Amino acid sequence: MAEIREKADVCIIGAGHAGCEAALACARLGLETVIFTVSVDSIALMPCNPNIGGSSKGHLVREVDALGGEMGKVIDRTFIQSKMLNQSKGPAVHSLRAQADKAEYTRCMRKVLENQDHLIVKQAEVCELLAEEYKEEAALYEKRITGVRIATGIVYECQAVVLCTGTYLNARCLCGESIVHTGPNGLQAASYLSASLQSLGIELRRFKTGTPARMDRRSLDFDQMEEQKGDERVIPFSFSTDPEEVQIEQVSCYLTYTNEKTHQIIRENLDRSPIYAGVIEGTGPRYCPSIEDKVVKFADKNRHQVFIEPEGLHTNEMYVGGMSSSLPEDVQLAMYRTVPGLEHCRIVRNAYAIEYDCINAIQLKNTLEFKKIKGLFSGGQLNGSSGYEEAAAQGLVAGVNAAMEIMGRDPLVMDRSESYIGVLIDDLVTKETMEPYRMMTSRAEYRLLLRQDNADLRLGKKGYEIGLLSQERYHKLCEKEKAIKDEVQRLKSVFAGASEKHQLFLERHGSARLRTGASLAELMCRPELSYEILKEIDPDRRPLPSDVTEQVEIEIKYEGYIERQTRQVQQYKKMEHKKIPETLDYYQIKNLRIEARQKLDAYRPVSLGQASRISGVSPSDISVLLIYLEHMGQQQ
Amino acid sequence: MYLYPVQMVLVRRGIMKTETIAAVATALSASGISIIRISGKEAIAVADKIFMTKSKKHILCHAKSHTIHYGFIYKEEEPVDEVMVSVMKAPRSYTAEDTVEINCHGGVLITKRILELIVENGARLAEPGEFTKRAFLNGRIDLTRAEAVMDLIRSDSELALKSSFSQLQGSVSSAIRGLRKKILHEIAYIESALDDPEHISMEGYEEIISDIVTQVADEMKKLLRTAANGRMIREGIRTIILGKPNAGKSSLLNALSGEERAIVTDIAGTTRDIVEETVSIHDICLRIMDTAGIRSTDDIVEKIGVEKAVANSRDADLILYVADSSVAWDENDSYILSLIQDKKCLVLLNKTDLPSVLTEQMIREKTGWDIPVIAMSLKEGKGIDTLEEAVSDLFFEGQISFENEIYLTNVRHKEALQEALESMLLVHESISKHMPEDFYSIDLMNAYTALGRIIGEEVGEDLIDEIFSSFCMGK
Repeated sequence: MAEIREKADVCIIGAGHAGCEAALACARLGLETVIFTVSVDSIALMPCNPNIGGSSKGHLVREVDALGGEMGKVIDRTFIQSKMLNQSKGPAVHSLRAQADKAEYTRCMRKVLENQDHLIVKQAEVCELLAEEYKEEAALYEKRITGVRIATGIVYECQAVVLCTGTYLNARCLCGESIVHTGPNGLQAASYLSASLQSLGIELRRFKTGTPARMDRRSLDFDQMEEQKGDERVIPFSFSTDPEEVQIEQVSCYLTYTNEKTHQIIRENLDRSPIYAGVIEGTGPRYCPSIEDKVVKFADKNRHQVFIEPEGLHTNEMYVGGMSSSLPEDVQLAMYRTVPGLEHCRIVRNAYAIEYDCINAIQLKNTLEFKKIKGLFSGGQLNGSSGYEEAAAQGLVAGVNAAMEIMGRDPLVMDRSESYIGVLIDDLVTKETMEPYRMMTSRAEYRLLLRQDNADLRLGKKGYEIGLLSQERYHKLCEKEKAIKDEVQRLKSVFAGASEKHQLFLERHGSARLRTGASLAELMCRPELSYEILKEIDPDRRPLPSDVTEQVEIEIKYEGYIERQTRQVQQYKKMEHKKIPETLDYYQIKNLRIEARQKLDAYRPVSLGQASRISGVSPSDISVLLIYLEHMGQQQ
Repeated sequence: MYLYPVQMVLVRRGIMKTETIAAVATALSASGISIIRISGKEAIAVADKIFMTKSKKHILCHAKSHTIHYGFIYKEEEPVDEVMVSVMKAPRSYTAEDTVEINCHGGVLITKRILELIVENGARLAEPGEFTKRAFLNGRIDLTRAEAVMDLIRSDSELALKSSFSQLQGSVSSAIRGLRKKILHEIAYIESALDDPEHISMEGYEEIISDIVTQVADEMKKLLRTAANGRMIREGIRTIILGKPNAGKSSLLNALSGEERAIVTDIAGTTRDIVEETVSIHDICLRIMDTAGIRSTDDIVEKIGVEKAVANSRDADLILYVADSSVAWDENDSYILSLIQDKKCLVLLNKTDLPSVLTEQMIREKTGWDIPVIAMSLKEGKGIDTLEEAVSDLFFEGQISFENEIYLTNVRHKEALQEALESMLLVHESISKHMPEDFYSIDLMNAYTALGRIIGEEVGEDLIDEIFSSFCMGK
């Protein structure tokens, strides 16, 4: 049989949330791209919760959008309910979350992929990565990727591969005593690729996660639950979506609670849970514990919340948020039926736990390329993360960097002060995560600067420079930036004197009288006053778009805090800018402690900043390294 | 303005924080002069704030390079010390930065007070070896010395680490740990509520956190007060008096301190615990510990005293071994000899007023190395001068030194505690201004990090761990 050889620039393995972003980025940058999936019907599938966004995850979606990614646009077209979380808190932790119509989301993303120039969608299981020895000197690379082979034997030659295999590698699903070797939702698992990765010297580990049951809407009694509606005024995810287009009729979610009876059933059947019986080997995430875990670890809580969320407009399936489980289906049914409103529930799809192979991401550079294999990139759940948004963010970065490498351009690397994506990737490649990694706002040190409302201002320029953001969108962004700056400046320079009119105005709003004059900016800093309220004593004000005034308000109201974080960022940047040569021989530096030498040699940090975040490297090791690098610099 | 306190703190410690550094540049010398060095962009400005001439004028900002000025250091209106201050402008200084050196009247307390004033006015304490590091980075030190600089950093920081451990066993560190735990729990609560707003509510939290912040801040203030009293910060040369019972150890301490501090009797074994006194010899600060006499004993109380004496002698910078010339050498002397092996030690041959049984010659034979032996009679007040000379000689020759690393570590602790307290006050500020809760956790985290520096713990995954172990989250 003659071997068929196809040619492409980039091959993307997997068409989940990471794969879609990676493929679109490469194709939009003009590279011939092939995206492989085990099922074209399951492109951008959401096998777990029916939401996009949420605390800090919403930030990721906004950032993906600001860089020219697709996720935000697709959810804006397919959401059925939307909420801005944490509205009573500071602007840094406001976060969008939308309920998706899952089937619509998949269909919509598939359409985008299928109509993208330079992109071919191919249904096939990739079984092998092809690579050759890397011969050029002065690099860490040992191999170079040359292509992939699919199950039917066809070889696709390419210059770069982006792995976005999600939870499919050697996957198995567990529900009580029943174990099936499939990926999520009963889809075919990838059973050959793990071995190929290992033969390239890639180290694998095993993680697990889980999902709750889906129920038939007709079997539930919503009168016994609290209704949860969406926001009255919906804010879109994408900066390019017209806000008027997202003011749709929304559907509701419902809240109910577990009780002692539920917990008792769980406790009595713990021996039948694969986790507690020791059948599951993978490490699970603490942030999304199964209901068994919640009952065992928080034994003093007598109830847990349960959110009933629709999976779409054209299905009766309802997602039972808060009650993921790997107990046998008969136990599941019994426990679910103790919950008010679920007494007569029928399970459409049972809850299960899934175990899969993933990599230890410290094998990756901060570009998401493997340190030792040129042209091999990795994004998404394979890197040990969890969540659709985390996956999309990494997929975008991995795809862009595969393209940048082929085109001989500088990679896209964001640091911890620039974006949540930067924090996410830095954490993954620098700290050895021991469980599936989820984004959290507490992981971002400079979160006052990394708000969801200013993602476009932070990252738009990068998106434009990469080539994913249109000239038009970038132009608009620059105008917005200027309008904000001008208005802040104006408010700082317009003074309100202590006239009777002003005093009365202040009194009316419960604000202290002025002794002398104050600038409008100073008045805006008072908690009881706002940009809108000050309109009355600001006759020269021109009408400005709400996204501009929002930024003006935040910049002025939180100026002190923002300034403080800006200074911290300057400190942080100093260390990030001190680069370390890729091939530095740490064993030559005698003054480093042995442990530090070993760690640094294994991690190969790109900067002193990154080196300082590796556990086991002390501040004095960093000083030693600093001096050593300066010494080298001066010698050259 | 509304955010005034935040900005005030910024000015106080924000910009200048990494730019300008200060430290005591000298080990305490026998002449009683200490030099405090300040280096960096703001060095002259910082010194100018606290230095005035006799006619109460601030002149340093206008001073020419390489000039020296006479005047006083002031803390607000109070003069702290009479000093000479030299100004060296960049690049003509050791670090190639603007540098000010303050020559003050030595003495641990005065030096410490001046250093604290400098820190309060905008400099920060130098890291171990930082002056040398800067000198190197600014091209002042030959490249071939790079290795030596790295060695210095290594050894300095290890010493600092060691000393911070030795200082921080016991109550201080457990107090710090307790405060950290409280703060971390609150951060975790806020963060988990932010991450999972639908599961965790923050209703009524403002009052709870307000109480906790007040309580934590009060504890911090208390700790800071003990630091100011010098209970947390103890410095000087750790000196220990060893000897057999009734050799005259307590008499020595009394003779040196000039007061009846230790109880002196003729009964062997009178000093059962450790008596400590800070004594100044030729302006050198000694922290002298009088110990129970070393002998094998069945008396439990005395036995504990002996064990303490042995333990303390291990950490001592200087040992004064009091031998009784009227009593023959025995196994207890041999045991003491094993304790002073490899230590800086002076042998004081006491009771020369009585018939001599043990001689200088005999001691030298026993020790087998050239150890200074001073004949004295404490009863007749003889030999004290010689002893003082000998101690100051050891100093001049640099054979013993004031442990300024420990001293520095301590001021560092105080600085960190102060910073933590300021952060807590900022939390209070945010609460009273009804800022949203996510603003609290920023300053709580700063306080947590600052306290961590005192006990040498960095922020790692502990927050995430606390969130997941204490609060039930999840979809």
